[in-house]
Amino acid sequence: MNPMTLETAEAIAAQEFARVVQEHRPHIFRFLLASTRDVDLAETLTQECFLKAHRYWKDFRGESSAMTWLMRIAINLQRDHWRNRRVQFWRQTKAHGVDLDEASEWLPSGERTAEQQMLARERIGQVWKAVEQLSARQRTVFLLRYVEEQELSEIAQATGLSEGTVKAHLARAVGRVRSELGGRR
Amino acid sequence: MRGKARQTRIEEELNESRMDAVLQETLKDFRLNVHAWSEAAMNRPRRPIHPAVRTTWRLAVTWAMGCLLAAGSLGGALYERHHRQEMARHAAAEEARQKQLAVETKAPVASTRQADEQLLAEVDSAVSREVPSAMEPLAALMEGTGEQ
Repeated sequence: MNPMTLETAEAIAAQEFARVVQEHRPHIFRFLLASTRDVDLAETLTQECFLKAHRYWKDFRGESSAMTWLMRIAINLQRDHWRNRRVQFWRQTKAHGVDLDEASEWLPSGERTAEQQMLARERIGQVWKAVEQLSARQRTVFLLRYVEEQELSEIAQATGLSEGTVKAHLARAVGRVRSELGGRR
Repeated sequence: MRGKARQTRIEEELNESRMDAVLQETLKDFRLNVHAWSEAAMNRPRRPIHPAVRTTWRLAVTWAMGCLLAAGSLGGALYERHHRQEMARHAAAEEARQKQLAVETKAPVASTRQADEQLLAEVDSAVSREVPSAMEPLAALMEGTGEQ
């Protein structure tokens, strides 16, 4: 049996990475889009995320799932982006972002009546409004749980927080959403 | 009384469960909303020029602002320098004018004093040289005494 050459190993790693990109790109993009409400920015950050992942792919030891690892990179990139953006005072913070009404427009009609559809859009708008008011951590945890449907343990791994802290952030975020929808916290 | 309180509690619980149902439904719709939006955004036609234009535009604005700032600083510095030079020139001119004034004021006094002194010196010399003839023997005697 021939020992595996360096070229073969690299080719296998490249194939594996291409598969990871194909599988997880939509999730990463979706999370970044929901976090930033800016399509161009979400695309740029997604590309940066996979560039970074490619650079460190050989160091990925599989202690967590590839998705959790990628999500962690995406969260850090997003945080760094906002931190840098705060310094660049001449850039308008929401120059390319989509407003809440526009963001609420996207909803499959399903089997709803026009009135139900309108009510649903209105409520989605209220959720977006609540999400906008959350702290960065609360928003991240909320989106990972209710958009990406991740388990608490996965969210804890991706954010680097303990499960207890994740639960606390989630409870506050849901409280805010409930309050925005008209209920009590 | 107790019955009324129980009724209120039941209503609250019902409201809460109704609210939770609404919340669950809304969160589900929110997820569908984000998924639909994301899918549409991923499948939208690509505009490769757009980021470049955006970057170029930002770069141009940054450069323009930088140039404006540099020009402003330079202009300010030049104006300050010019202002200081002008002030120094004014001060020098004023000083020269003051000196000139002082010289002009002092000059007549000095010349009068000089003329007086010269006149006195002339008188003195004339007096010392011109001895009247009647006094000549006495003068010779005085000279002789001086020699002794």
